[in-house]
Amino acid sequence: MSIAQESIIKKPIKKRFKRTPYLLVLPGIGWLFLFFLFPLSTLLATSLQKPAGLSPDDGYLPAFKVSNYTDALAEYYPQFFRAFLYSGIASVVCLLLAYPIAYYMAFRARKYRNLMLVLIVAPFFASFLLRTNAWKTILSGDGLVVSVLNSFNLLPQERILNTSLAVIAGLVYNFLPFMILPLYTSLEKIDPRLIEAAGDLYSPPSQRFWKVVWPLSLPGVISGTLLTFIPASGDYINAELLGSIKDKMIGNVIQSQFIDLRDYPTASALSFTFMAVILVMIYLYIRKAGTDDLV
Amino acid sequence: MKIIKLMREKTLQVFSVLVIVYLMLPLAVIILLSFNKPKGRQNTSWNEFSTDAWTNICRDQTICSAFATSIKIGLLVTLISTIIGTMISFALIRHRYKGRGSTSLMVFLPLATPEVILGASLLALFLNIFIPLGFWTILLAQITFTISFVVVVVNARLAGMDSRLEQAAMDLYATPLQTFRYVTFPIALPGIMAAALLSFSLSFDDYIVTVFNSGRVVTFPIYIWSAAQRGIPPQVNVLASIMFLGSLLLVLIASLIIKRRKAIQV
Repeated sequence: MSIAQESIIKKPIKKRFKRTPYLLVLPGIGWLFLFFLFPLSTLLATSLQKPAGLSPDDGYLPAFKVSNYTDALAEYYPQFFRAFLYSGIASVVCLLLAYPIAYYMAFRARKYRNLMLVLIVAPFFASFLLRTNAWKTILSGDGLVVSVLNSFNLLPQERILNTSLAVIAGLVYNFLPFMILPLYTSLEKIDPRLIEAAGDLYSPPSQRFWKVVWPLSLPGVISGTLLTFIPASGDYINAELLGSIKDKMIGNVIQSQFIDLRDYPTASALSFTFMAVILVMIYLYIRKAGTDDLV
Repeated sequence: MKIIKLMREKTLQVFSVLVIVYLMLPLAVIILLSFNKPKGRQNTSWNEFSTDAWTNICRDQTICSAFATSIKIGLLVTLISTIIGTMISFALIRHRYKGRGSTSLMVFLPLATPEVILGASLLALFLNIFIPLGFWTILLAQITFTISFVVVVVNARLAGMDSRLEQAAMDLYATPLQTFRYVTFPIALPGIMAAALLSFSLSFDDYIVTVFNSGRVVTFPIYIWSAAQRGIPPQVNVLASIMFLGSLLLVLIASLIIKRRKAIQV
C-alpha cells in the first residue's frame, strides 16, 4: 500500500522535472565546451602546424608535423623534469605543513576556527605577484633570514634567492592554502565520536590516527595534492622571480615560446604533452576514486 | 600521560600558529613597505617612514586605471560565473540524471589544468579564428576557469543541506518555484556569496591566464609584473594593503551581522 502510494506521488514529479537538470547545466557545460575543450583541440591542431616563412610574422600553415613534438621534447625535457620535481617536492612539503593545521582547525580550534580560515584565504586578495615579490625582500642577501641561517652555516650557497630552494619555498607558500582547505573540509566531516569510539576500544593515539582519521581524510589528501601539484607544475612566476636561469620550469618555456618568440607550434606541442601527462594522472585518480567526489 | 597529551596539544597549536605566521609574513612586508619612502626605484628595503603613497595613490595614473580595469573585469566575471556555476551545482546536488558523472568531470577538468595551458589554448583559439585580444577575451578566459571554483564552493554548501526541508515545503503545497525562492535559495546563499567572493579574488589576482589573452589591456597584476623589473612603486603596496585589510574587514562585519542575527533569533 505505502509503496504503491509513494510511486503514485513520485511519478508525476519525476516526469515533470526531467528536463530541469539539463537546462541547469546547459549554459555552464556549453561554455566549457566552447572555451575549454574546443581550445584544447585547436591547441592540438596548432601543435602540428608548420611555419609559412622564416619569421613568426609570416604565420603558420596547417600541417601534420609530428617532429614539432620530438624536437620540443628533445630540447626541453630538463624543464619538464624540473617542473614535476619541484612541484612534487612542494606538494609533499605542503601536505606536511597543511595536515597538522587542518587537523587543528577541524578538531581543536573551536573559537578560532573561522578566524584561521579567514587568515588562510585573505592573502588571495593581496596580489600574488606582490606577495611573491615580497619573498624577494624577505630572502634577500642582507635580510634577516639569510644572515641568521648563514651564521649557522646552514646555506651551502650562502644565499637563498636565485636557488632552487627559493623556487620550491615560493611554490609551497603560494599553493599551501589549496592544500589546507580541502584537507580541512574532509577532516571536518569526520564524526569525532568515531575517534572516541576507537579510544574506548583501547586503541592508542597513533592507531586512532592511522586507522580512523587518516583513511577518512584521504579524499582531502588526494584533492589537495592535485590542487597543489598541478598548478605548481605549470607555474612560472616563482621560477621567474625567485629562481636563477637554471631553475626554469616548463611553464617558463611555454610562456616565452608563446608570447616572446611566437613559436606557436612548439609552444602548443609542449602544452599538449604537458596536458597529456596531467590527463593520465587524473585518469588514474578517477579510476581510484570515481567521478562522484571530483567536485 | 596527561603531560604528554598536553604537550601534544600545545605542539599542534604552536605549529598551526607558525604556519599562519608564515602565510602572513609577506603581507606584513607589503603593508610595511607601503609606508616606506624608497631610496631609489626599488621599494625593497626600509628607508624612511612616509604616508606619501597613502595620501597620493593615483599619482601615477596607470596604476589606478589598471586597478579600475581589474575591478571592472572582476565584477563582471563574478556575476556571470557565479550564476552559471550555481546552476551547475544545483543540478549536481539536487538531481540524479544521466550524464551527471560527465558533468562533474567536465567541471573538474579546468581545475586540473595548469593555468599556462588554459591561457595558451585560448590564445591558440583566438589566434586561429582572428579574434582581437583585449577586454572581452580576458573576460571569456577568466570566466572559463572561475566557473569550476564556484561549483566546488556551492556544492559544499548544498551537500550539507538537509533535503527534507525542501520536501517539507513541497508537502505543504509550495510550488517548485516557491520552494526554491523561500527554502533552497536562502540556505544556499552563504555558499553562493562565498563562491562569488572567491571568483572575484581569483579574477582580480589572475596573471597567467590573463596575460596570454590581454592584448594591450593592462590589468593590475599585469601592471605589477611589468613594474617589477624597474621597481614597484609603494602605491601598489597601498592598493594591495587596502584589498587585503578591506577583505578582512568585510568578513568581520559579515560575521558580526550573523552573530547578531543568531542572538536575536535565540
